[in-house]
Amino acid sequence: MESVTKRYPDGTVAVDRLSLEIPDRSITVLVGPSGCGKTTTLRMINRMVEPSEGTILLDGADIQQQPVTTLRRSMGYVIQNAGLFQHRTILDNIATVPRMLGWGKHKSRARAAELMERVGLDASLGKRYPYQLSGGQQQRVGVARALAADPPVLLMDEPFSAVDPVVRKGLQDELLRIQEELGKTIVFVTHDIDEAMKLGTRVAVMRTGGRLAQFAPPAELLSDPADAFVEDFLGADRGIRRLSFFPSAGLELTTGPVVPADAGAERIAASDAPYVLVTDAAGRPLGWSDPRDLTAGDITPEGLLPYGRPFVPGTDSLRAALDCAVLSPTGWAVAVDTDGRVVGVASQAAIGEAIRDAHAAGRADDARVAP
Amino acid sequence: MNVLNFVNAFFSDGAHWHGYDGIPQRLLEHVRYSLLALALAAAIGLPVGLLTGHTGRGGNALAFIATAARALPSFGLLVLIVILMGFGLLPVMIPLVVLAVPPILVTTYEAVRSVDPSPVDAARGMGMRESRILFQVELPVALPLILSGLRSAAVQIVSTATIAAYVSLGGLGRYIVDGLYQRDYEKVVGGATLVAVLALVTLAVFWAAGRLAVSPGVRRR
Amino acid sequence: MNGFFDIPSDLQHSWWGLIGLHLREALLPVLAGLLLALPLAQLCVRVRWLYPPVLGLTTVLYAVPSLAFFVVLIDYTGQTELTVMIPLAVYSLVVLVPAIVDGVRSVPEETLAAAKAMGFGPVRRYVQVQLPIAVPAILAGLRVATVSSISLVSVGTLIGNQGALGNLLADAQKYDRPELAVNSVITTAVLAVLCDAALVLARNLLTPWMPRGTRTRPRRAGRRELPEAEKAAR
Repeated sequence: MESVTKRYPDGTVAVDRLSLEIPDRSITVLVGPSGCGKTTTLRMINRMVEPSEGTILLDGADIQQQPVTTLRRSMGYVIQNAGLFQHRTILDNIATVPRMLGWGKHKSRARAAELMERVGLDASLGKRYPYQLSGGQQQRVGVARALAADPPVLLMDEPFSAVDPVVRKGLQDELLRIQEELGKTIVFVTHDIDEAMKLGTRVAVMRTGGRLAQFAPPAELLSDPADAFVEDFLGADRGIRRLSFFPSAGLELTTGPVVPADAGAERIAASDAPYVLVTDAAGRPLGWSDPRDLTAGDITPEGLLPYGRPFVPGTDSLRAALDCAVLSPTGWAVAVDTDGRVVGVASQAAIGEAIRDAHAAGRADDARVAP
Repeated sequence: MNVLNFVNAFFSDGAHWHGYDGIPQRLLEHVRYSLLALALAAAIGLPVGLLTGHTGRGGNALAFIATAARALPSFGLLVLIVILMGFGLLPVMIPLVVLAVPPILVTTYEAVRSVDPSPVDAARGMGMRESRILFQVELPVALPLILSGLRSAAVQIVSTATIAAYVSLGGLGRYIVDGLYQRDYEKVVGGATLVAVLALVTLAVFWAAGRLAVSPGVRRR
Repeated sequence: MNGFFDIPSDLQHSWWGLIGLHLREALLPVLAGLLLALPLAQLCVRVRWLYPPVLGLTTVLYAVPSLAFFVVLIDYTGQTELTVMIPLAVYSLVVLVPAIVDGVRSVPEETLAAAKAMGFGPVRRYVQVQLPIAVPAILAGLRVATVSSISLVSVGTLIGNQGALGNLLADAQKYDRPELAVNSVITTAVLAVLCDAALVLARNLLTPWMPRGTRTRPRRAGRRELPEAEKAAR
């Protein structure tokens, strides 16, 4: 999008000289407070709204050059309440665009059935009507309908904002999975910053008046908000959120306080830690214990303190590690491998160290890029 | 129960069942006038209502025209037109069409306007042409309301088509007008009963049409 | 239009006199219909199974041609104004009962629950909550009833000149003066439009709580507001 402006006849400017390069095969999220022009921006891409100034190029070609219906049929479009056709069955809803493109009835239906499976809908729902489906299911149908003709581009306008948080999380995960499988170019509008951070490969933060505040990958938004507006929009726990983008692989782990349940007293005495983590024979964590209690008598699972939720180094972020440490009664986070066996523990101090290192590395990166 | 006696007497009189003034003949004439008037009114009201409803423009002008048309007295209009044009089918059709257009027009407009905008938005976004949006997205959802407009127009036409008899045409009104001049109340009541029954049949026809034409997804059962 | 207002003496009324007569013959029945419809509608709201049969009956009554109604009544009430007014009252009743029932039923369940929770008794709830919220629907019904009543009075001319302005139609034929028919039709139509406008005004005064734009089309009130962009795209 090159310097695109949308001005309404009454003089209000919905989008103001917006330039945006949307990368292929990734999710670009437009986020901002209501009235910031994010929906208008999205709708200019499929010409539901015609820009007053500026041009929008798709693969280098001006979208004004092709007939509007052809353009729209080459882009999937998903809206807030799904917008299903209540007089058509689920299968026929999904088959709408293929039918418009002149596919045969049979082929369209087969394609629709295939898509239902892809978005996680039971095939038995195909003969139902939209009113017989839950909100989350309807939204899945909306996504399937948009994907039906296999368009390279998918436009999504606050598609998940009308469903409850649990269902929304499921839909978001599903979308990420579908994106991974199909590699579509997705433009996604939301007012929910958490959703933007979770889904976006790149996130465009827009401000009231239709101006772009910042366009960057989520981690960069968190580390370097362009101005006070973006900082404010990201919320108060920006620092904590940013940890989500720091890997926990480099975190220094210690196995000192880790003790198998059948270990001898001298093994326990060898660790001078105030608490020890007791594991079972397979190496899975059982719980924390005071070393003095252990030397005194037998280990019973009831006598142990809960170890909280463990994290997986390398897979989980520093945020997860910190969360484990904060939740743990001893202040130590338990690290396990993918099979659930303890690989070590990390103190809050060690996590703090890792965070400082990550920040330093980030600054070094910036320093390399900046000049 | 005077009225019931009249009804009984009217229908048990064998003479009322034969010939040019027999019940089958008059019923057929009445149905013909009614269908013709309904078809004409629908030919005017439906396209205009669909178009204005789809674009959302002209709603106020429409309300004004409908109010004006409703205000015109059917009987007065009939007499006036007969005085000006003489007897015939056309003078009967004009007041009936004037009577039936407003309910069809206004309900059709309202029906299309009240369709949930999000499927329309979705349809436009997936590249449907406007005509296709109107006929494949809006119309099926608006159909129950549109049918109810046609239904009330049809019932009013069936009831008012009796005025055809006043200008020497046939139909069930014949019994009522003739009965009035002949002081034959049996005939009047018989005619009125037939008109009421025909109105009920009209309702049944529209109910059946609704069952057949409206998608179960819109009916929600 | 020579002699447009030259009313034949057999009508025993001036033009203004005919207007007064016409309004009385048309509006009194509507008022009577309203007074009967209110309790009947409330009964239908209360006793749910009663509504479908009442709806069927009203449709049948509505379908009975006015002329037939008039003629049958001559036997009981003679060729009088009352003979014209009784059927008109029945038609009004028939239009108003469904209008009021639908209006009262359209009051949101939460509103009623809130009123109940605040300690409103059934009578207070009806008079202070349900009826005011149903006012737009009731007045929509009143508009239809009033306009059709004004139109139908004219038919009364067929039963011994009881049609007020409609009597001009008979005289137009009798004396071959088409301008009298034109007078009758136009005057009747104008009366109907004016009464309709008066009812619209009454509704606006009675429902200051309704947002301006939605008064004429209450059904749209429930629609999701379109984003600004969408309005412009249409």
